[in-house]
Amino acid sequence: MTVRELKEALGLTVFCAGNEDAEVTGGYCGDLLSWVMGRAEEGNVWLTIMSNQNVAAVAVMTDISCIVLTEGVKPDDALLSRCETEEINLLGTGLSTYQAAAELAKALAE
Amino acid sequence: MADIVFEYQVDGSDYHRAGEASRSTKSNLKKLGFPSDIIRRVGICMYEGEINMVIHADGGVAKVVIGLDDITIILKDKGPGIPNIDLAMQEGWSTADAQANDLGFGAGMGLPNMKRCSDEMNIDTVVGEGTTVTMKIKTK
Repeated sequence: MTVRELKEALGLTVFCAGNEDAEVTGGYCGDLLSWVMGRAEEGNVWLTIMSNQNVAAVAVMTDISCIVLTEGVKPDDALLSRCETEEINLLGTGLSTYQAAAELAKALAE
Repeated sequence: MADIVFEYQVDGSDYHRAGEASRSTKSNLKKLGFPSDIIRRVGICMYEGEINMVIHADGGVAKVVIGLDDITIILKDKGPGIPNIDLAMQEGWSTADAQANDLGFGAGMGLPNMKRCSDEMNIDTVVGEGTTVTMKIKTK
């Protein structure tokens, strides 16, 4: 499944579009950045409520496929602008992190 | 062939902008054609180290040496030093402040992540004088 297909399957909001053809390899939920650095795998969807620009740096370092801000969280201006510069997929949903993860797992299993 | 060296000043005053040196290193390694898993490990080691320098030591100097068989990252700061390295290496141990915590840092996973993503790691620290962390990632 690609980021584009995931976006359509879950009806995600697009804050910033990067490479939407990137392959989704699974997911990781977390708000503590070093846990994400240590545990998220290449191509994962990262579900988080963190919305500052350090999130973009972590996304770049871990080579995840996209960030999904859950719980209706909006990115701050610095994160948005950083994602635009780095061409990072930054998406959003009103679902809780748990619900979004469950939906992601369902979409990946189909 | 001579080693390729990149050197960066890490600004300790801005938590938000931390990671510039790591990002630049990652992009340089991509241009040099290193495999993505090597680049990812170097990026994680360096970003965690850079964040540590910003949170704990008011910045410092980051140097990346690309040799024939490995990439060495040397992070040097004039911060407070690490009184107990064993404790600092424990997952979950952190002395980061509230500002760092609000931004998602301070989980106590930085040094363990650096250790795991490098092939060799050495911490040279003197309390009150500073810390130098050296990490080596083999490329062959």
